[in-house]
Amino acid sequence: MAGSMRPAGDFRTSYAADRTIFPTRGSWRMLLLGLLVLCILPLQFAGVTLVSSYWLALIIQIAIYAIAALGLNILVGFTGQISLGHAAFFGFGGFASAYLSGKLGVPVALAIPLAGLLTAMLGIIVGLPAARLKGLYLAIATLASQFVLQDFFGRAQWFTGGASGASAEAYSIFGISLSGDRKYFLVVLAHLIIMYLFAANLMRTRDGRAMVAVRDHYLSAEIMGINLTYYRILAFGISSLYAGVGGALMAHYTGFVSSEAFDLLLSINFLAMVIIGGLGSIMGSILGAIFIICLPEVMQSVVRLVQTLGIGQGAAFTEGLAYMKEMAIGLAIVLFLVFEPDGLAARWRKIKAYWKLYPFSY
Amino acid sequence: MTTVGKAPILELDNVSLRFGGVRAMTDVSCSVYPGELFSIIGPNGAGKTSTLNCISGRYRPTSGRIRHHGKDITGLGPRKRADLGIGRTFQNLALFSGMSVLDNILIGRHHLLKTGVARGMLYWIGGAQQEEVQHRAAVEEIIDFLEIQHIRNEHAGTLSYGLRKRVELARAIALKPELILLDEPMAGMNLEEKEDMARFIVDLNEEMGMTVVMIEHDMGVVMDLSHRLMVLDFGRKIAEGIPDDIKANEDVKRAYLGQDHGVMPTAEPSAEAVR
Ligand SMILES: Nc1ncnc2c1ncn2[C@@H]1O[C@H](COP(=O)(O)OP(=O)(O)OP(=O)(O)O)[C@@H](O)[C@H]1O
Ligand SMILES: [Mg+2]
Repeated sequence: MAGSMRPAGDFRTSYAADRTIFPTRGSWRMLLLGLLVLCILPLQFAGVTLVSSYWLALIIQIAIYAIAALGLNILVGFTGQISLGHAAFFGFGGFASAYLSGKLGVPVALAIPLAGLLTAMLGIIVGLPAARLKGLYLAIATLASQFVLQDFFGRAQWFTGGASGASAEAYSIFGISLSGDRKYFLVVLAHLIIMYLFAANLMRTRDGRAMVAVRDHYLSAEIMGINLTYYRILAFGISSLYAGVGGALMAHYTGFVSSEAFDLLLSINFLAMVIIGGLGSIMGSILGAIFIICLPEVMQSVVRLVQTLGIGQGAAFTEGLAYMKEMAIGLAIVLFLVFEPDGLAARWRKIKAYWKLYPFSY
Repeated sequence: MTTVGKAPILELDNVSLRFGGVRAMTDVSCSVYPGELFSIIGPNGAGKTSTLNCISGRYRPTSGRIRHHGKDITGLGPRKRADLGIGRTFQNLALFSGMSVLDNILIGRHHLLKTGVARGMLYWIGGAQQEEVQHRAAVEEIIDFLEIQHIRNEHAGTLSYGLRKRVELARAIALKPELILLDEPMAGMNLEEKEDMARFIVDLNEEMGMTVVMIEHDMGVVMDLSHRLMVLDFGRKIAEGIPDDIKANEDVKRAYLGQDHGVMPTAEPSAEAVR
């Protein structure tokens, strides 16, 4: 079966049409519908809210983490390099944006992309060892950068506010304030869409292809004229760009950046999103973020259910919940690696294929 | 095929290659002329792939020089040789297995494309789309030439052995090489696939005007296609010349008889000589 499943009669008449990101008319319609729903999601009509503040906050977090996960997927999934320091870049983006807008007076709308670019530069510097290191050695090198940056956040009073953290201004553009979850959601959504398109475009052009080639067979990539060192380091830069933008969005969302938040555990959560969502799948990064953010919520509901049913000791459950969250994420990674190594994205494709062929599933 | 009066496109000048105590190549010299179909043959472990690796820059000779159009390229990195117009395929398949056939072939265009990260991300603005479409057209021509239209969107890792070899050839052609190096392009193929491949190689040479350096175990094919051959044994060149001379050469016969299965057939293709 061919890689894509187009309905009969849908003939591509130009090479441009064949390289589109959204392959079928159906997927375009779904996309537009989805965007429309997302745009009206935060609205309140005459006192009726479509989505509770609680869920809206979750969706905002998902979108922000999805941006960062997308970047990590370009590094890990598409280029085949590991990073255990993604959270530190996420944090750096937050501090950079808070600093740019708070101390240097850069408008927040501009500070976010600028913070992304600064983080990209940092990523390129930190990624330099990737020119020589692979696999386990690279993992250790990125782990080191995670701790070095975390230490830097704690000490650099002028930049991060040290132990007390930094405050970040609320979002506004052209003098219009877009603070408050219901408005800020649209800001985050816009960033996610742009960053998604950037990633999708990159992966269907020269440099994106070269990265995948470096992942799949670096020796023949070199024979094809691909500069291995350049692409290995570039991948770190791009992944940090995404982490930086995500971190900056988070900073202006919470209004406060504190160095404790960006620890190794968050780095591992980012990796979990990418692995569970699907390595080398752009859409998968978003699915992975949804999964990891929603997992604790699901567990919370389970605990609540257990408590109301009166089975076992409720208090012990609630206390253990924090640990159980981490364990559940670990378990989810292992289960996905064993049973669905291509992640949620592959499952999604299978479901789509099933419906397209329904009821003839063969 | 006459080589008189032409300057060689490629010269090996006393090239030796050693891996610790293993002498993979010892003082190998030869010249390949523009438009030639030049084959390297020899028993297993004779140093054929090593020779190709030295030409493509994957190995650096322990001593000796390699010249391309008279220019010394002995120390030039493999990446730079794509720009010089040297392409190759590998004995052990080396496709990008996670990419589609189309993308694999498009990788061959890498050194001809100009879009960087920023223009790539913007795609519609800045010309990335036009460039992609333009090179896609060139790639489609190669796809038509090698008759692999039906598998264009397939993942390379899922293809049969014979098809993978063909895609690898397509990728090398996409590089627009002036000199193409083929390491056992027909190994592991059935007779029909071999015939197709032989036809492609001849077209490559005669119609596209590429100079071909080929390693092949199938003597029938080699003697049929090659303009000239070089025979290696234990890393040394033991003969060089036109097919008829090689067939009659006593040293060559002895080298092949030294091997258990190594009969030197005259014309008919032997599946046995293929590993
Ligand atoms: N990277 C390497 N390290 C150590 N030894 C090597 C290496 N590459 C080749 N050799 C040795 O060099 C010799 C020549 O190998 P080469 O691969 O060039 O042979 P070949 O003529 O291509 O053989 P075949 O017909 O089996 O492909 C062999 O003895 C091989 O073991
Ligand atoms: Mg060999």
